Amino acid sequence: MSKIVGLNGDEAVAYAAKQCDVDVVAAYPITPQTIIVEKFNEFVANGEVNTEFVCVESEHSAMSASVGASLTGARVFTATASQGLALMHEILYIGSSMRCPIVMGVANRALSAPINIYADHSDMMGSRDCGWIQIYTEDAQEAYDWTIQAFKIAENKDILLPATVNLDGFMISHSTQDINMLDDEEVRKFLPPKKLEYMLDPENPITVGAGNNPEFYFELKMQQVDAMNKVPEVMRKVNNEFASVSGRKYDIIETYGIENADVGVMALGSCTGTAITVAEKLRNEEKKVGVIKPWLYRPFPSKEIISSIKNLDVLAVIDRCVSFGAPYGPLCSDVMSLLQSMDIDLKVFNIITGLGGRDITPTLLEEIFIEGLDYQKKGKIKDPVRYLGVRM
Amino acid sequence: MIKMVVLKELSTEELYIPGHRLCSGCGPSTAMRMMMKVAGKNTIITTATGCIEVGTTYYPYTSWLVPWVHSAFENAAATASGIEAAYKAMGRRSSKPRKVNIIAIGGDGGTFDIGIQALSGALERGHDFLYLCYDNEAYMNTGIQRSGATPHGASTTTSWGGKKIPGKPEWKKDLIGISIAHGIDYAATANIAYWNDFMTKVQKALEVEGPAVIHIIAPCPRGWRHEDKDTFKIARLATQTRYFPVYEYDHGKYQINIKIPKPLPVIEYMKPQGRFKHLFKPEHSKELELIQDRVDKNWGRLEKLCAMQNP
Repeated sequence: MSKIVGLNGDEAVAYAAKQCDVDVVAAYPITPQTIIVEKFNEFVANGEVNTEFVCVESEHSAMSASVGASLTGARVFTATASQGLALMHEILYIGSSMRCPIVMGVANRALSAPINIYADHSDMMGSRDCGWIQIYTEDAQEAYDWTIQAFKIAENKDILLPATVNLDGFMISHSTQDINMLDDEEVRKFLPPKKLEYMLDPENPITVGAGNNPEFYFELKMQQVDAMNKVPEVMRKVNNEFASVSGRKYDIIETYGIENADVGVMALGSCTGTAITVAEKLRNEEKKVGVIKPWLYRPFPSKEIISSIKNLDVLAVIDRCVSFGAPYGPLCSDVMSLLQSMDIDLKVFNIITGLGGRDITPTLLEEIFIEGLDYQKKGKIKDPVRYLGVRM
Repeated sequence: MIKMVVLKELSTEELYIPGHRLCSGCGPSTAMRMMMKVAGKNTIITTATGCIEVGTTYYPYTSWLVPWVHSAFENAAATASGIEAAYKAMGRRSSKPRKVNIIAIGGDGGTFDIGIQALSGALERGHDFLYLCYDNEAYMNTGIQRSGATPHGASTTTSWGGKKIPGKPEWKKDLIGISIAHGIDYAATANIAYWNDFMTKVQKALEVEGPAVIHIIAPCPRGWRHEDKDTFKIARLATQTRYFPVYEYDHGKYQINIKIPKPLPVIEYMKPQGRFKHLFKPEHSKELELIQDRVDKNWGRLEKLCAMQNP
């Protein structure tokens, strides 16, 4: 029997990790993630979990300790944001290359300078090629649900890759909502104890992470590519299983009204909920609009995106991040290269907005839809990249 | 109480095996072999990037017959923290919890410089592990650049013994002092030339509950510019001149393990090494005096620490 509890996004993630019965949490505080580690440490202090909490002296060590613990066979959870994720950057690659199924909550926050603690995807986008599965959530319920599912996907023996569950700083991390929490027992049944075929065990000694020069490095990377490619299939199975436990059905992407829409908006994270609300209103006004919300960002859900856009004339892609000097923001760059490679003729424009926690308001989203409808009518894109909601 | 390691009782089993790509005359490699002889099979090793890492694990080969893991340059102590935490947590779930020796290994660059934060964190948190620093006194893996452990006056490729500056101007950090300041129970220096002292210390360090640090001096013929065959001779001179004192700190008590009642002058140690060659030019004679003075003072400081019953 599930129960409804009022939790903010950070707390929801902490409860999810607790129910996943993690062995080791190695973490360092950083706003807006801090509540996750505080809450988890409270579970430890009260003897509610079996977890060994390593209160490390930096995020770099948080990820290093997580790698060591994961390879020893422990189920490992950690969390970070912004500068913390940037400091981990080096070890993120090591965690994925040494195939550590660590799950990490990332309360997305802008990168300095200047220092800014609010929602922005620059942190995760800066590490988007690090070989981790990357999931973006819309609200605290999703953050809770995906944390539990992430372990199951990451620990699948065909995958063995770490995963981040992204929740927008403050918008999700600090907003309290009703959370449908599963029973501990249900989670335990859904996610049995972690089992590794190979680990650091003196009874069966192995060498992990031996130097690879040109003779082998490439093959090793191909194994990671292969594992990444298997994620969607495994994810779908996990989603189905989770639906039968929770009644909540997730997928690789979620769409709203896209099947019969002319204009679509694609975005990651918390603003997708607002986008759907605005789309609802516009559809009531007979405007044919829809929303594409990828839950999965890495691996990039190419197949799912292609099938979702097939009836669209115009697509607006929202990036909550600047890729300085690049033709588009990171999400739009991925979409553009996908369309190009599949020879799909869809008119796309990129909206870069919401940086450093600036609100992505319904008015702003409506403007994007209207702009898309205008481009559709005129048959061409006037402004391929627009910075919206900023004083020029 | 741990008794001194003796030759005839030593395991004949090799857990650190040959075939690696370390240089002929490599001091650190011998330290690894000695360490594994006492650590035994029930051990997990993590190694910071450096000569030992890249030289002993070259896919698809390995010199380690115990579990070994790489993770990066600056984080061996943090990786060890995670391994130890995992054992603790998993042990609580198990009906038969196992205890293993967890050893983090770093060179002087990976320990004194880039890894000092991770080491400090792990010592402060009190993880039950041994941190072994093999000190060849420079970044030898990248080709002899100065580190925080490079001695004053040594010529490296980033502290050349030049016409204007006679080698590294700064002095070596006190790693053991820094370690002890964390309130740990066991810290010691060692020298590959005194094998049984070192191996006994490894045993002690593994026996201690909580973190222990061993700092072993291990010459690098390439970087120190001496002949391969002289590694042990030079290592021994480091201690016989009191240049590198071999001592330990055990539950609050200091002890000089290798007593040197009649020390040789420091120049006897420095002369056979090309890295100090420039200091023997007449214009730098003052440098040699400075070094001798520093060595004498450090020895005096250690003697005082040893004389204190309850420091």
